[in-house]
Amino acid sequence: MTGLTQTEMEALSGRIGRRPNPVETSIVAAEWSEHCSYKSSKKHLAMLPRTGAHLVDDSSYDSAVLDVGGGYVITVHIESHNHPSAVEPFGGAATGVGGVIRDILSTGTRPIALLDGLRFGDIRSDSHARWLLRGAVSGIAHYGNCIGVPTVGGELGFDPCYADYALVDVAAIGFGLKTRLIQNHAEPGDAVVLIGGSTGRDGIGGSQFASDSLESDDRSAVQIPDPFTEKLVIEAILEARDAGLLHALKDLGGGGLSCATSEMSDSLGVGMSIDVGQVHTREELASHEVMTSESQERMLGIIAPGSVADMQEICAKYGIACSRIGTVTESSDLHVHDSGADLARMPVGIVANAPLLDLPRTRPAYLEELARARVPDALPGGDYSASLLSLLGSPNIASTEHVYSRYDHEVGIRTVVRPGRDAALLRLDNAKYVSLAIDGNPAHCYVDPRAGAAGCFEEACRNTVCVGARPIGMVDHMQFASPQDPEIFWTFIESLEGISEYARAMEIPCVGGKVSFYNETPSGPIKPTPVIGVIGLADSAPKNPAVADGDVIVAIGTSRNEMGGSEYYSHVHKTVAGSCPQVDTGSSRACLDAVLALHDGGLAKRVHDCSKGGLGVALAKMCIWEGRGCDVALDGAPGCADMGADVALYSESHSRFVAVLGAPDAQQALDIAAKSGAACAVIGRFGGSSIGINYRGRSVASVGLQDASDTWHTSLERTAHG
Amino acid sequence: MGFEVEYVWHEHRLPSGVDLVVLPGGFSYGDRLRAGAIAAHSPVIRDIRELGASRTPIIGICNGFQILVEAGLLPGALLLNDSLSFMCKWTHISVENNATPFTRLFERGEQIHIPVANGQGRYYADEATMRELTDGNQIVFRYADDINGSTMQIAGVCNSERNIVGMMPHPERASEPEVGPADSDASPIFRSLLQESGAARQ
Repeated sequence: MTGLTQTEMEALSGRIGRRPNPVETSIVAAEWSEHCSYKSSKKHLAMLPRTGAHLVDDSSYDSAVLDVGGGYVITVHIESHNHPSAVEPFGGAATGVGGVIRDILSTGTRPIALLDGLRFGDIRSDSHARWLLRGAVSGIAHYGNCIGVPTVGGELGFDPCYADYALVDVAAIGFGLKTRLIQNHAEPGDAVVLIGGSTGRDGIGGSQFASDSLESDDRSAVQIPDPFTEKLVIEAILEARDAGLLHALKDLGGGGLSCATSEMSDSLGVGMSIDVGQVHTREELASHEVMTSESQERMLGIIAPGSVADMQEICAKYGIACSRIGTVTESSDLHVHDSGADLARMPVGIVANAPLLDLPRTRPAYLEELARARVPDALPGGDYSASLLSLLGSPNIASTEHVYSRYDHEVGIRTVVRPGRDAALLRLDNAKYVSLAIDGNPAHCYVDPRAGAAGCFEEACRNTVCVGARPIGMVDHMQFASPQDPEIFWTFIESLEGISEYARAMEIPCVGGKVSFYNETPSGPIKPTPVIGVIGLADSAPKNPAVADGDVIVAIGTSRNEMGGSEYYSHVHKTVAGSCPQVDTGSSRACLDAVLALHDGGLAKRVHDCSKGGLGVALAKMCIWEGRGCDVALDGAPGCADMGADVALYSESHSRFVAVLGAPDAQQALDIAAKSGAACAVIGRFGGSSIGINYRGRSVASVGLQDASDTWHTSLERTAHG
Repeated sequence: MGFEVEYVWHEHRLPSGVDLVVLPGGFSYGDRLRAGAIAAHSPVIRDIRELGASRTPIIGICNGFQILVEAGLLPGALLLNDSLSFMCKWTHISVENNATPFTRLFERGEQIHIPVANGQGRYYADEATMRELTDGNQIVFRYADDINGSTMQIAGVCNSERNIVGMMPHPERASEPEVGPADSDASPIFRSLLQESGAARQ
């Protein structure tokens, strides 16, 4: 297991003026790991815009806090648990859920929804990828269902670059009264308490494990999930919050007590004296193990010394432990002792702030090769029926119902828009609605990390407006291979710049996020995989009036010849070529505004975003959802007249939607879209029993609705059990 | 609806003057051992048993049904779904018996669009129990399709006195238009209950 590098050891010795002892070294090694310290990324993350109308600005929280009006706030956080899930998918994914839930809880809000983004190798050919998928889904179901928090959405993707590996991203939303937020503060003399599960040997060194390439299957570094204890912790904490007992609160995650105590002291500007002998443990542990164990379902609280008995009484009601493990001090030191015997004493400012790096970066050589790659020819005969059907069965496009039906997505009775649609929408107690969509696209980000990352962001915004919500904030989750590789680091910076540019142009603040490096598989680095979550707010829920034959289909937004990283090229032609879809912020704003205006005017019966598989797949999915065929002239869609049928069908240009309107409303809708500056055209009508797509007067795809529906609905389950 | 509702902690006694009891869903004790097995020994069950014997209406939904079965207040058992997985989906059930305090506002045979969300939702009863259930008209709801392998597609049953009902589907998730499909309305289950207990008050 890695500890401090020689340079870091020297830096630490220089700062504290002596050689650290072994306990101090292990505490600092946990906190200075990439996972906890962000030492490679921190300097660059400053480029993200972080101010916005709804943001409750308090950097002491582990989750973003957004004011949604009426005295209420929502909280949002996103994290991944990739390394543990790649080794032990059930436990890794389950504890990933638990960790994010506690980040939400640490603000004093109740977790109300989960989303998960899962990525694996190619499940069609890779049985290990299928095992990882099954394990991760079971782990998420086991944990989320048991704690009574609905899993309301997410995404599922497959790419050979994740062979023998797994990306498990979990996002969560919390909800509560603004007046009940934990006001993170501490006075010297306050008690430090550890609440929840007992500390054991599981997960020791987990944050360092996650900050290294996956060379060892070190299962002891994977934490053990106990969702029932988590549920008890949630209820006990919220009861203590209502009783006003909690001065400050923090989740124990990566780095365990080492990170929680040093980060909490540092952010509150106080010192702490911690007695490891008072920590409730489940087995005999050495002091450094107590400090770095990542046992789950634990929270660190600061309370008035006179409140300890009240806190313990609440915890006893729920059958969980609450140990007084230390005291807030006036000094600026993190002092660790074992019943009086000194183990470590270092200034918290040093422990909590690793020396930051400024790593070199260079444009990767593979991009030159990609630029020269030959674009596949149009299919002979110009018939794309078979390719459309095949794409509907692609694991990256097929229905994920087989997965999300394993998750309770309705518990709590807030879920208005369920999984499988564009974004999740939940009702709140203030008569408003919050949406969350998470989107990644490694295929695009591989071809052009800057445009690809901005595209993920825009796609999440598109999904947000599809359910009638306005984006109010963004969380970014940056997943890359080793930052020590200058080519990888270049892709990280490019992605970050793409996201920042879009955030500034659209005035959507970055309210939180996470960086995960060292995502390496035995066969090499993963593709750049930023995942963007967009939080939206709506005043009303979509009305969803019935769709009828004769309703018109409208294409919003301009198509371009942007086939780079397209699912069509990779799935049908097994190749990557062409230029990556670019986000034009002017068109983006116009199209997002147009969709919101259609919602506000009550004109759009349905709006669906156009992404993977282009207009062809977007139209087919719309037909499958509505149980109706269609007759569409694709050359009528903005930008499609002169590009060739394959490009018109499958280009993945951004800022595009497909909408359904009652025929009498069509002209008014076009006028509204034009007023927003969005390109928009009627391209066809619902009716019949086949998905019929024409291009310049010739049929280019005709697929029976039943065939399309069966393929889309059943492919993933069949493949997953392959 | 004008009724006072109170949550009762599982280690406390029920207050006096209770008109009806709802045991909701929710993974009591994390489904350890068997769903509902540990909660069936909670102190509050003693009072619920007494209320049940005095014909007070009691409904158990999902985990509440599992607890009532484990407590012996309803016949049969709830096993792992035949898919061996948790399932969350909307389905249809039919009202088999509308002569209970919970179903009197339905027509017999009426279909309800309603969601299920459980891992151990497969109702099982042996032949002798099934005969009793059939003879006593104790089958309250049946699934329209065989979604989980339940004996006779049973979704809900009652005791022989018909004041205690357990059901795996979630009527509380199908009682407001905003959170369910347009054709879902399970609210008559609650309105039946309220009418029953309201009538009992007068």
